[in-house]
Parts: sequence; C-alpha cells; structure tokens
Amino acid sequence: MTATTMDGTRRDFLYVASGAMAAVGAVAAAWPFVDQMNPSAAALALSSVEVDLSPVAAGQQIVVKWRGHPLFVRHRTPAEIKSAKSVLVSELPDQFARNANKPDSAPASDDDRVMKPEWLILIGVCTHLGCTPTGFEGDYGGWLCHCHGSQYDTSGRIRKGPAPQNLAVPPYAFLSDTRIKVG
Amino acid sequence: MSGPSTYNPKSGFEKWIDQRLPLPRLMHDTIQTFPTPRNLNIWYTFGGILTFCLGVQIVTGIVLAMHYVANAGLAFDSVESIMRDVNYGWLIRYIHSNGASMFFLAVYIHMFRGLYYGSYKAPRELIWIIGVLIYLLMMATAFFGYVLPWGQMSFWGATVITNLFSAIPWVGSHIATWLWGDFAVGDATLNRFFSLHYLLPFIIAGVVGLHIWALHVPGNNNPLGIDVKSPQDTVPFHPYYTVKDAFYLCLFVILFAGFVFYAPNFFGNPDNYVQANPLVTPPDIVPEWYLLPFYAMLRSIPNKLMGVIVMGGAIVTLFFLPWLDTSRVRSCRFRPLMKQFFWVFAVVCVILGYCGSQSVDAAVAGVPLLWVARLATAYYFIFFWILLPIVGLIETPRKIPASIAQSVLGDTAAAPAE
Amino acid sequence: MRLALRFTLAAGLTALALPALAQTAMDTTRKPVKSVDFSFEGPFGTYDRAALQRGFQVYKEVCAACHSLDHIAFHNLDEAGGPGFTEAQAKAIAAGYKLPADPNDKGEIFDDKGARLTRPGILADKFPAPFPNEEAARANNSGSLPPDLSMIVKARPDEAHYVYSIITGFHMTPPKGFTVTAGKYYNPYFEGWNISMPPPLADNAVTYSDGTKATIDQEAHDVVTFLAWASDPKMEERKRMGFGVLIFLVVLSGLLYAAYRKVWADAH
Repeated sequence: MTATTMDGTRRDFLYVASGAMAAVGAVAAAWPFVDQMNPSAAALALSSVEVDLSPVAAGQQIVVKWRGHPLFVRHRTPAEIKSAKSVLVSELPDQFARNANKPDSAPASDDDRVMKPEWLILIGVCTHLGCTPTGFEGDYGGWLCHCHGSQYDTSGRIRKGPAPQNLAVPPYAFLSDTRIKVG
Repeated sequence: MSGPSTYNPKSGFEKWIDQRLPLPRLMHDTIQTFPTPRNLNIWYTFGGILTFCLGVQIVTGIVLAMHYVANAGLAFDSVESIMRDVNYGWLIRYIHSNGASMFFLAVYIHMFRGLYYGSYKAPRELIWIIGVLIYLLMMATAFFGYVLPWGQMSFWGATVITNLFSAIPWVGSHIATWLWGDFAVGDATLNRFFSLHYLLPFIIAGVVGLHIWALHVPGNNNPLGIDVKSPQDTVPFHPYYTVKDAFYLCLFVILFAGFVFYAPNFFGNPDNYVQANPLVTPPDIVPEWYLLPFYAMLRSIPNKLMGVIVMGGAIVTLFFLPWLDTSRVRSCRFRPLMKQFFWVFAVVCVILGYCGSQSVDAAVAGVPLLWVARLATAYYFIFFWILLPIVGLIETPRKIPASIAQSVLGDTAAAPAE
Repeated sequence: MRLALRFTLAAGLTALALPALAQTAMDTTRKPVKSVDFSFEGPFGTYDRAALQRGFQVYKEVCAACHSLDHIAFHNLDEAGGPGFTEAQAKAIAAGYKLPADPNDKGEIFDDKGARLTRPGILADKFPAPFPNEEAARANNSGSLPPDLSMIVKARPDEAHYVYSIITGFHMTPPKGFTVTAGKYYNPYFEGWNISMPPPLADNAVTYSDGTKATIDQEAHDVVTFLAWASDPKMEERKRMGFGVLIFLVVLSGLLYAAYRKVWADAH
C-alpha cells in the first residue's frame, strides 16, 4: 500500500479532521443527556418563594417550604434582638455569618445575619446531620435540635452541641415591608 | 472467515490485559483485521447502522426512564413534563420515538438485503434465524414502548393486540386476563409493559452478540453471493469498512435528524396526543407504520382465530426461509427470474402496509382495500412457500464470476495494487 | 419474460372484476382543511410574538370559559420562544387567577359557605381548569366535554389548519338533505358535520390592546398561533438546533466521504 508523501499527509489530515469533528459532535450530542438530570423548568419555577410577613406577630415564627427544605421566618422581639447583639463573635463556636447575601468572610455578628433586625430568615436544617430544630427551645432562646442536642441562639448561631456551623441564611430580598422573596 | 488470531499486543499494558481477559484481542480480530469481502455495497452498511440505532434507543430510553412515571393516572402527564420541563427532554423524547422508526427502516432494508443476496443460505442459516428472533424481539419491544405514553392509540392498540390472545381456543381469555393483570388493559398492564420494555433491549443486545458471532464464523456474504476464495477477495475491516460504515452512518443520521428536528410527528398518530380513555374508542385504531403489513394481514381474514394464525404464520414463515429456497445460487444478481418475484414481493409488502393504514372499509378507485390486502397476503405466502422452492429448481442462473477479486479488480487480480 | 409481473397483474385484474360496493347514505366525511398561512410553519418558521399575545387574550376571554389549558404553567408565558411576556407580566397574570389554597392552620379547605378556599396564582402554577372534573364540564355543556386545548394542535390531523378550519367553519348553510342534530351546530370541517361547540368567535369579541382589528379571521389566526405554541413551546429551539445539527452533519459527511474515497483509492 504505497502512497506518495503528499497523499500520506492528505490522508492523515482527513482522518484527523474527520475524527476530530466526529468527537466534537459526540461531545455536543452528550450535553443534553447530562443536562437533562439538572433541575427541570418545573423545579426551577419553585426555586423561589414569596412570603407574606404580615400574619407573623412579634415573638412568633412560621415555617415555609423552600427548595424542599423548611425555612424559619421569625419575627424577633426587642429582647431577642438585644440578646443576639450582645454576644461577642469571638466566643462563638462558628465565627462566620453563613449568609448567602454576604461574602463568605463576613463575621457572625447579628448585623451580618439579618437585613432588618426584627426579621430573622434561616434555613431550618441543623448543620450537624440535617434534622429540623424546634423553635423557642434550648438555653439560648433560639432553637434546639432534638436529634443530638445542638442549641442555637436568637440569631440562629450554634452555641452548644455537635453542630459545626450556624444555621444558614438563604438568599432573600424585601419586596416591600411585609413581603420577602427567598431564592 | 474466523481463523487463528493475528493479534500481537504491543505494549506491556496490552499484554497484561490480554493474558487475563482477551477483550482487546477480540476487538482486534473482529473490528480491526477481520477479513471482509472487498465488494460490499451500501446495503451492507445497515448492520452497523442497526447497532448504532440499538445504542441510541438504549441510551435515550434509560434517560427517559429517569423522568417517566409508569402509572395510568400520571404517565401521559409525565411524558408532557419531559417534553416541556425537563432540560432537552423534548429532544431526547423525539430521538427515542423517531429512533424506533429509523430502527425499523434500517431493519427492513437489512432483511431485504439478506433476501436479495441469499445471505440466509448455507452456511448462514442460523445467522438468519437469530436475526428473525431479533426482529420479533424488536416488534415486542416497540409494541410495549408504544403503550407507555398512555395516549388513545397506546391504550386501544394494546387492547386490540392483547385481545388477539383471546382467540386461542379454551385458554385464550385466561391468557388475556393474565397478560392484563386485570379485566381489561389498565394500570397493571402499563406497569408490566414498562418493565418488559426496559428489559427486552438488553436481551436484544445479547442476541445481537450471538448474531455477529455467528456471522464471524463463515464471514460476510457479498453481493455476488460467491464464497471468499483467497486473501485477494478480502480487505481488513479497518480502515476500509470502518470508514465506509462511518460515512453511510452519517448519511443515515442526517435523515434521522431531519425527522427529529423538522418532522418529529411524521411517523406518529395525532390521537396519541389525547390521553387514554377506556370509554371512547377512536374511529380508526392503527399501529405504528412498521407493524402495518402484519396488521393488514390480520384484518384481511374475517375469522378472528384464523387472522391471528395467518399473521403469526407470516412471521414463522421467515424462520423456514433457508430451507424453502432450493436455488444453489445465492445472489439475485444472477437469478433473473427470482429477481422479478423479489421486487414484486417488496412492492406487495408496501401495499400491505398501505392497506393496514387505512380503515377496513376503505376503497381506492372503487377497489375495496380488503381484497387488495387479501391478494397481497396470498402473494406473501405464495412467495415463500411456492415460488422460492419452485423457482430455485426451474431457473437458469446467469454466469457467476470466478472470484470476488476477479470481479472487482478485473483480470489484473493476480497482482493487487501494492 | 417478466413472468412474475404477468402473473401478478392477472391476479390483480381478477380482483378488479369484483362488484363495487353499494352507495351508502350522504357522506359526512369532514371537508379538507382550509388553506391558510401561519408564520410558524416550514423549517424556518417562528411564532409571531404579537399574535401569540393576542391569541392568549382570545383564549383567556373566549375559550377559557369552557376549555382548560392543563399543561401550560404561568412561567411558560415568559420563557424564550413564547409569547414574550416579562416575568413581572407573567406574575401579574398568574396573580389574577384563583388556585385552590392549601389547608389552613385549622386544616380547612372550605370556607363557612362551603366554597373552596383559594389563593392567588404564582408562576409555578398551571392554568386552572374552568371545571373541577369531567362531569361538571359535561353538565355545563349539554353533555359534551370541551377538550383540553394545551395539546389540541398536535392532537388533530392537519394540526393548526384543522383547528383554524373548525373555528372559522361555522355559519355555513348545510347542503340539501342534511339535517343538523338538535342542540348541535353545522360545521363541515368536523367529522359527521355536527359539532357540539357553538360558534366561539365573532367580530370584535375581544378588543386587542395593540389596536389590531378583531375580525373572526384575525381572532382565529391569533388564537391558533397561541394554541400551536401551547402544543409545541419548544418549536423555535428545535428548528434552530436542527439547522446547526444538519449543517454540522453535512460537513462531517463530506469529510468522511473524502476519507472513504482516500482509503479505498488503492483497493481498486
């Protein structure tokens, strides 16, 4: 099977070009099969939820479902706000804000955990192993997780127990004084 | 032709694998060096195309199964959710539904090629028989799959075909109830059809393995129908047939893409976009196009049991083909009489398909299609059971070339281009 | 020669000698669909955004009284390839609908008068149906069931042309000898010529906000465009992708053909 040098390079180029093009096509064709496992339009339509705050009186909490998780929406009393602000960040087991609306490095001071001091919005999933903590229980006036005894304060920060991190603050914004959009 | 392996592992890694599991050797012997007749034409590319189709159906099917819900109350909506909400769901669904049609288009071309070139004749009888088995499994898989979207045609097609079993004397209605899992097609039926639809393609894949294995014993037939006589008659599968198959596969995919992107519902029936309703029968119940010839045969016989027997007989006939043809010449290229009957047979199959697509009392130019279907069915059986045995005995074949190499390369066959 | 053809021809001609079927009663097969142009047909077709929005208005104000749109969610209204509402507009449309509310804190879903408690719609909701179930739909429509419209264009032969022909096929005079069934309407584009639906459209049945004259033809054109989108919201993406895919495949075949000829050049 002799071939002139010219033919040899031309055949190699053709092989390489065809093979490369087929490979590019195969990768492009593979993308829909990968992407179909990502959340569908129906799931994405539920990726944000609007919450009406007006029925929640001071000292009360409601739980709303968001992206499959419970969301704590707590209307704090002035006493709860005061006790949250009086804690030194340096004494906290987890000193980061864990707030999706702030940079990762933000400290866990109460100011970095809320937008309006009377409204505390948290993802109600214990950062230990994922149980839902119970509100208005525990030594710190916040939450107590009955699974393994983690206790959170009135800013949702971990104070005692095995949970490694503060309760996370989801991305949210105030649409009006009485309405927030989470996610 | 299978012979001793010529595989020589080059790297240490290849040698290590080869000593423990001769898979690279198998790949090398079957895809790389396998001696293949040098005169294979376009009609011989459809085996590779079919393998591609099977792969596409399995991959798209598994992905669809991630989103589909096999419950009579939810199935239809889950398919619409795939079409509207799942990322690229519409694309994957249309590839799967049109892929089934492309799969059958390719299998019919593949079967007709085998018929024309005598690929079913000794020593390749078992390849043909395994192939008919694959065809049967494909029809079962397609039937189960068509029920899954739970549209009107899904439901009523399932009702008609499963009711055929009740034609069997004494045990028929019990078999039908057993198939349904209920007193009629319903949720129980849908669930088991989904399970079987998921299972059968993997059985098909295994049987395809046997099909290719059986082929690799004698090696490929070729358009001349004469045996390979020397190495000059063959070329290594790679690169000659890998590149040829790749090219023709690409053309096939162009046709496939044309349907998927520009006419995705061409092969379908609008009634299947209406949710199944057990209380409302559509005016015309029609299966997918690839089952129409058999549907026409079934409806052409006025007696229910006989209709089932004739339809089943048409498929069973295919198993006997290697022994029905008495000709000692394989390829219709050299069989001037059989060639004509072959083409009439091909046209008759298309006519049967057309008859199956129309309503039972339809007529064309005053001719009732029912009678056309009866004549066509008669020809189908006459072709296999009467023409094939007789023509092989009375026909004078044309002169057959001495060898493939001589036919392809001319009289300079002795000194192949080097 | 041509023995096979002669044999088959003889058999075929024998079949033709059979007597033709007797004439039946008046043939009420539906008329062939009307010829009309839609912007979304053909390989490069797209949906006319303005027509989609006008069509949505026609659906909302005329059809939605009886016909559900089960598979369309409010968030589809602001998606690419659709009517082109903004997210805020789609949200506002959603909020205008009442959806069944979840149980309240007391676990109730009905109010004191027995009416179902409701909440405003959100983007994630699907369009609510005008009737709670098939029986209620039939009771309100003289025993007939108005079909869901979210797939109607794909669910009928000749698709958009069929739907267009039906809704503009009223007010015609039945031929002599044909009696319209009591309670139904004459529409020759419907199989059997008796349709349960009263003529849905009239001139100026809606007032278009963009000032377009609302003739029956215009309303039909717009609502069919909207319903075509409802049946096939991914059409534009599909045709766009198809163009790219086919170009790619044609180029790839060209390369593969050249490679094939090169490999086989020395085999002859």
